[in-house]
Amino acid sequence: MLEFFAMGGYALYVWSAFGVTLVVLAGNWWFARRRHAQIIATLRRSAQVDSPEAQPGFKEVMT
Amino acid sequence: MWKWFHQLASPPHFYRLAGLWAPWFMGAALVLMAYSLYAGLVLAPMDYQQKDAFRIIYVHVPSAYLSLMAYTMMAVASAIGLIWRMKLAHAVAASAAPIGASFTFLALFTGSVWGYPMWGTWWEWSDPRMMTELILLFLYLGYMALRAAFEDRKRADRAGAVLAIVGVVNVVLVHYSVEWWSSLHQGQTIMNENATMPASMLTPLLTMILAFTLFFGALMFSRLRGEVLLRESNARWVRRLVAEEAAHA
Amino acid sequence: MADGARDTAVGAVRLREAALQPFASFAAVLSRELQLAVRRPADVLNPLFFFAVVATLFPLAVSPLPQVLEVIGPGIVWVAALLAALLPLNGLFGQDFDDGTLEHYVMSGQSLVAICFAKTVALWLVAALPLVLVSSLVAETYRLPLQALPVLVLALGVGSFALCALGAVAAALTVGVQRASALIALLVLPLMVPVLIFGTRAVSLAAAGDPVAGPVYLLLAIGLAAALLAPIATALALRISLD
Repeated sequence: MLEFFAMGGYALYVWSAFGVTLVVLAGNWWFARRRHAQIIATLRRSAQVDSPEAQPGFKEVMT
Repeated sequence: MWKWFHQLASPPHFYRLAGLWAPWFMGAALVLMAYSLYAGLVLAPMDYQQKDAFRIIYVHVPSAYLSLMAYTMMAVASAIGLIWRMKLAHAVAASAAPIGASFTFLALFTGSVWGYPMWGTWWEWSDPRMMTELILLFLYLGYMALRAAFEDRKRADRAGAVLAIVGVVNVVLVHYSVEWWSSLHQGQTIMNENATMPASMLTPLLTMILAFTLFFGALMFSRLRGEVLLRESNARWVRRLVAEEAAHA
Repeated sequence: MADGARDTAVGAVRLREAALQPFASFAAVLSRELQLAVRRPADVLNPLFFFAVVATLFPLAVSPLPQVLEVIGPGIVWVAALLAALLPLNGLFGQDFDDGTLEHYVMSGQSLVAICFAKTVALWLVAALPLVLVSSLVAETYRLPLQALPVLVLALGVGSFALCALGAVAAALTVGVQRASALIALLVLPLMVPVLIFGTRAVSLAAAGDPVAGPVYLLLAIGLAAALLAPIATALALRISLD
């Protein structure tokens, strides 16, 4: 087991490469999810500001 | 078949499908990645020249492949977006850029971590592949900086598209020019290119490339959903969807 | 003020007379740009001063030894020239955008590609060509052998044209963006890598007395491709920016 983690003396290089890859992949996933949540939040806020139902004549325009 | 394509291009349909597919792509990517990690780190024999350091190949090559693939995808989607004025294509280009940039960074990082024990240097200015990746990273950053300079999404889409298309020509030119340049400098052989890999080493690499591609697909679907919402923010289905999400939260 | 109004009017009349002929609109825009440049000599002189100052800093910073200067000379001349040629890009379409000329160009029905090509040529004549000539002087002080001078002038001339053509694309993309200079540099410099590689190699090879045909031909190919394709991208970018 220890031998496996030692990677024949290249532990620092091999594990840093795999570790940083893991961080970047996880970060990508996290950022993608966060961006989606942010977009929904932005759209919700703008929907509250200029809610079409609140404006007179909206139904006539849209239908 | 055509009907299917048309449906796919319809934003609400695409939004729903992307939401359905993303978890499957993600799940498949994670399973394949777990297998490839086990096969690459444990089962594959040690390389007799590079010893265990060669195992970095299992993250380096998929990253480098995706960095180029994402840029190509960005440029092709940009061209489609400019010619046929297709919003979804611009959304693809916008989503691919940050993911591609992160894989370019990974390719550079894992490459230099691999290079240090192998050639005794973190960075080699005369290596065409390293230089191409570095310039590629700059092009990604330039693309994202240009997009960020505009408030207007439509202008960001189309201006970015022009840059992406100009840049893709440049990537090819940079690669060949640095290759030409370094061939004059020194004939450094970095790796024995002709060495054939045994299947026990090659299979994990291929499955890892597939796993990374699936992961990229899951990320793209996830990001595309947001981009589609932004571009369709005035459509009624988006308003309804946002209201529903608000009710859930 | 009245002068300026008359100039715009003259330009407009010329453009109308050009009547959808690409070459005529090319000539009209080129002569307008050159007249403007004569009235604003700072546009020509500032990049030159910048170039001279950058080229002065290197011997002070690195080493004034002739054998060092010989090695770093071609590279410094090229990099300094590239940086200096970036300076006028921000203003390339800025003024035309502010006073409405740009909109007039787009709406005029003339070939926008021809107009963009004229702007590129004018930029090269005004900002880059003096730079190329002064660079030979600077190269001389960097101990560049005399036989390499024609190659330097040719390579820098072609390379700076490619820079102007690609720079025009970036300038057109960022029309109306506040503080776009840094963004333009970020967009253009990575695109200049192949030109820089072939350009500096051609000069170094010439200085060493080796044949230079390879890099010079490749540089000419890039310059030609940039001259043909970049104005199309510039015109497209202008339409996008003014949409």
